[in-house]
Amino acid sequence: MANLGIDVLFKGTNFLRLLQGLWVSIEISLIAVVLSIILGLVVGMLMTLNNPFLKAILKVYLEIVRIMPQMVLLFIVYFGTTRVFGWDVSAEASAIIVFTFWGTAEMGDLVRGSIKSIPVIQFESAWALGLNKMQTYFYIIFPQTIRRLIPLSINLITRMIKTTSLVLMIGIVEVLKVAQQIIEANRNSSPNAAFGVFAVVFLLYFIVCWPISRLATYLEKRWE
Amino acid sequence: MRKNLLKTLTSGLLVTGLLAASLTGCGSSDKADGSAEGGATEAGSKAAGYRTLDEIKDSGVINIGVFSDKSPFGYVDENGEYAGYDVYLAEKLGEDLGVDINYVSTEAANRIEYLQTGKVDIILANFTVTEERAQEVDFALPYMNVALGVVSPDGAVIESLDDLGADDEVIVISGTTAETYLAKNYPDIKLQKYDAYAEAKTAFENGNGVAWANDNTEVIAFAIENEGYTVGIPSLGDQDTIAPAVTKGNETLLTWLNDELVSLGSENFFHGDYEATLLDTYGADYEDELVVEPSK
Repeated sequence: MANLGIDVLFKGTNFLRLLQGLWVSIEISLIAVVLSIILGLVVGMLMTLNNPFLKAILKVYLEIVRIMPQMVLLFIVYFGTTRVFGWDVSAEASAIIVFTFWGTAEMGDLVRGSIKSIPVIQFESAWALGLNKMQTYFYIIFPQTIRRLIPLSINLITRMIKTTSLVLMIGIVEVLKVAQQIIEANRNSSPNAAFGVFAVVFLLYFIVCWPISRLATYLEKRWE
Repeated sequence: MRKNLLKTLTSGLLVTGLLAASLTGCGSSDKADGSAEGGATEAGSKAAGYRTLDEIKDSGVINIGVFSDKSPFGYVDENGEYAGYDVYLAEKLGEDLGVDINYVSTEAANRIEYLQTGKVDIILANFTVTEERAQEVDFALPYMNVALGVVSPDGAVIESLDDLGADDEVIVISGTTAETYLAKNYPDIKLQKYDAYAEAKTAFENGNGVAWANDNTEVIAFAIENEGYTVGIPSLGDQDTIAPAVTKGNETLLTWLNDELVSLGSENFFHGDYEATLLDTYGADYEDELVVEPSK
């Protein structure tokens, strides 16, 4: 047990730095998740419309997101835009753009699926009651959609949080990078630190993701 | 009825909440751009280019790309301060230029991108000079020697790359000289590529590959520190040098950097650097072999 190397975390400000790194991860994913949910609802709704032109565009968008590794997207936004357009997008902004771009597409697809799964009779009944299209969506369809969405989107949200570790490639020092720094700085004194430090990182990710899935379970039960 | 009211209320709140969140969401993302980064890129003034010496001096900050997880060249100590052989030089450059240093944590694979987009002014990240790289960036005078080396476990020491079996995999870090050299000269060897040093090291220690090819400084240090490993091939390929690099065409900065390096070299600055940062890792035996005092 003594050799797990967790003690390196208590040297200097190491643990604080790890928490700061965690906050960087959370901040990026939180902003991206909120934006993705909002934009995803809009995109998902657009996906259900019967406009062939719109459908084709959204299809291409979704496929791009599915095919492109997030790392490539990060490089395109962070370095590519500077090269081609001369924009100096900060690393954090690039990360948020990429994660929102990704999250919106996947969220949109989930929303589309959830809306499609709502029986047509719900729409028809709403129209029969004299609600217009907007009202139908906001009062009848969305509340039901959101309930179906929750378990699906939790999966996406936790995946987004975990994938933020990629942002170390564009120079953002997040929790995983701090962990690597700590392990490396102590490679003489605690060669086994990798195990202990990564175990702590695992715990930190768990602490972040677990409440989200608990909240989802709570909401699911509550809205049943 | 009550339940319906509750539902309407919930959905109404949700919609308002989402709208509000969309507004604040945009706001806070803007804020994050400015504050969280701490200036890693905000100083980049000219689009997609580089900053001249005067522009750097005027801004009062120089962006230097270093490794943050490659002890003893560039790493972060337990107080969160950058340290190591490269950083020792960076500190001196900042001091002599009279500007603050903003360290940018780079990976082996993105060093050239950082320079080409002007997101850093100088790369001081154990950057080996190669012809291919010299076409992409401008190297200053070298301050260290390096060759490639291959380390393997004591039980199965690889002394020649011809010893490798057909299924044996060699670990390399993406974007390093070792990767390019092996891919070019030994196309049949299966490479296992990792993006970060720490990952490659962990993979090697876990036995994911039969050997690890990297700069010889790295593998010598690794074998000294970790029992059970031997550097079977201490010098592979050509003897290379390590030098600072700036964006291609940044003449003013390059000239200043070269003059500065020569003047530091005449004071034996890099021997002092070695003794301050590398002695613990490589011992005194390698000092004259590894250190280069830059001269015209």
